[in-house]
Amino acid sequence: MPEVVLSAQNLVKHYPIRRGVLRRTVGHVKAVDGVSFDLHKGETLGIVGESGCGKSTLGRLLMRLEEPTSGSVVFEGQDWSGASPKDTRRLRRDIQIVFQDPYTSLNPRMTVGDIVGEPFEIHADVVPKGGRRKRVQELLDLVGLNPEHINRYPHQFSGGQRQRIGIARGIALNPKVLVCDEPVSALDVSVQAQVVNLMEKLQDELGLAYVFIAHDLSVVRHISDRVGVMYLGRMAELGEEDEVYARPTHPYTQALLSAVPVPDPTLRGKRDQIVLVGDVPSPANPPSGCRFHTRCWKAQDVCSQQEPQLELRDDGHGAHLSACHFAEPRVIVETTDVSGLQPDTRFTTTEVGDVPDSGAGLGAAGGGEELGSSQADSTAERAEAMDPPARRPDDLSALTEDPQDRPR
Amino acid sequence: MTVQDTTRTDTGAIRYEPQDGVLLEVEDLYVEFHTADGVATAINGVSFELRQGESLAILGESGSGKSVTAQAIMGILDMPPAVIPQGHIRYCGHDLLTMDEEQRRKTRGPEVSMIFQDALSSLNPVFPVGWQIAEMFRIHRGMNKSDALDQAIRLMERVQIPAARERVKAYPHQFSGGMRQRIMIAMAIALDPAVLIADEPTTALDVTVQAQIMSLLEELQEERQMGLILITHDLGVVADVADRIAVMYAGRLVEKAEVHELYRSPAHPYTRGLLESIPRLDQKGQTLAAIGGLPPNLMRIPPGCPFNPRCRMAQDVCRRDLPALREVAPGRLSACHFAEEVIDA
Repeated sequence: MPEVVLSAQNLVKHYPIRRGVLRRTVGHVKAVDGVSFDLHKGETLGIVGESGCGKSTLGRLLMRLEEPTSGSVVFEGQDWSGASPKDTRRLRRDIQIVFQDPYTSLNPRMTVGDIVGEPFEIHADVVPKGGRRKRVQELLDLVGLNPEHINRYPHQFSGGQRQRIGIARGIALNPKVLVCDEPVSALDVSVQAQVVNLMEKLQDELGLAYVFIAHDLSVVRHISDRVGVMYLGRMAELGEEDEVYARPTHPYTQALLSAVPVPDPTLRGKRDQIVLVGDVPSPANPPSGCRFHTRCWKAQDVCSQQEPQLELRDDGHGAHLSACHFAEPRVIVETTDVSGLQPDTRFTTTEVGDVPDSGAGLGAAGGGEELGSSQADSTAERAEAMDPPARRPDDLSALTEDPQDRPR
Repeated sequence: MTVQDTTRTDTGAIRYEPQDGVLLEVEDLYVEFHTADGVATAINGVSFELRQGESLAILGESGSGKSVTAQAIMGILDMPPAVIPQGHIRYCGHDLLTMDEEQRRKTRGPEVSMIFQDALSSLNPVFPVGWQIAEMFRIHRGMNKSDALDQAIRLMERVQIPAARERVKAYPHQFSGGMRQRIMIAMAIALDPAVLIADEPTTALDVTVQAQIMSLLEELQEERQMGLILITHDLGVVADVADRIAVMYAGRLVEKAEVHELYRSPAHPYTRGLLESIPRLDQKGQTLAAIGGLPPNLMRIPPGCPFNPRCRMAQDVCRRDLPALREVAPGRLSACHFAEEVIDA
């Protein structure tokens, strides 16, 4: 197994709940409560879980955007906790992040060139000043954007293209680890695959390791080598993609997998359905013992008293990490190995040529007011967004969303 | 066409009876948005019908016109900017588009109702949920407050909201996302509608909650024999629920088929591309074949087939002639010049 680049060691993040005039702390939201894992060089670790399980907080902790309450992040053997601001900055060069929402994570007042080139301002020694523009153009080219669009503003791009800009910014400093927090969940179905393919290509070319945080279990299965399943701030199960999906041993993983619809109507009514009752309990007051015991059909007295440890438990084929007293494998989805099959290239391809209507405008789907007027080129007039009626921007935003450049 | 043989009861209300099992018929519908920058054609000649007890899924990406279709049926489009230059939407033979507003309002709720994607912004934050559900009974049925509230509690129990009697006075923000969606469903089915339109009902929810909501919807549909129009982009949800599927692209229907047929052998390259570009939970090591490019701007839909710039099968004819939606196999419609080749592939 390749060397470990990043290691989370018992990471804990509690947010205080303050009440009253004196802002006294009356409790804690236990967003992340003791999570450990290793990330190896060049691999993808998928983190899945429902909203509120702490997966995004975990991503922010790995980046040191949040200070952990306890525990540490170790990068290439160096403990990040207690590192000086100078060291932190140097470490950040090697760990970068791509955010979920390509509409809010790019500054609407900066050009694409400024956004992608901003890391070079902070880490001035990476690329000499004179070569920055060229480097930014190379990066744009690498993520499948037209390098000539370096002077455009984010609102002139579609959602998928903006996510490419976010990725270009993420890889600008040649990081070793890229934390991706729901990188494709805001994208349309047909665009999602383009971005997933791009991320796989970049991983091959640059040897990146990904921490891929997402709630879509199908996407995570596709992209990940190993997968961790989180529930209420703790890791419920962790293993190779195959182990977690084909031989899950934790009841929560099993329930989660059974709830994911599979695009195959012939499986209707034939799949193992585990319907969980109720909602995820509040992380401010997680259940005692095993956190899942309030919704678990296997729960016994021991589950509410004793917290099960994340340890190797038998899965029928071998063993992988699972935090359940009564771990036993259960086949939820019949996995077919289709690694040999190639999709019919007559219908799909990533290399579709330019769309003729490249002179079309892009809306300010999320970009706020019109910002392109400073630009002299023809994009300025196109940038004027049609004003989507405020009530249902969801569908109308797409009216204004428009191809402008394309992966080449 | 004008309003036809309107049967009015003594009180002047229209009685609605499905004709040959057909509840809703959309015929050659166009919706345009007139903006300062030009006209965006959001729906471009869409026709379909919905039968009693049937689940029809309208599948499409954002901007394909699927939500606008739903809003046009409900009559809740903002006009202007929206304009319906032509087309018919018939409910039990009565054209909703030519109906006066008074009559139309009487159809919203008791006849056709809708569930929205975002329950939090669709519910009124300053009224208790019970009050909002009861409003349906007060306004449409003329019930008094306490009877209406009793009905609301019964409905909340029906949609499996725990401790309904205690929570009837709670406000929307005090519920979780899944519970809020249940409240929306309770409001939508309150008056026993014949047609229920669900616009991305589970998109904002976690998978485990999504499964709960979808099974509740299926159960209710079965129980009340409603016609269900499910609007979604999720090929997985569609495969679980729908009887028939209509695929939309750039404001047009590009394919219509029974669910098994569509998944087994799609008849349009766009549908085919979608199916091959999504990762599947039950497949390991698959290669994703992404559809290149982006959906077109609705103000500048390319000539010919709107999908041609992204289609690898595109020939000259595709760039020139708009393919009509035609029957390519029994019960199967496709708007592709080469539909037969796509089906056989």
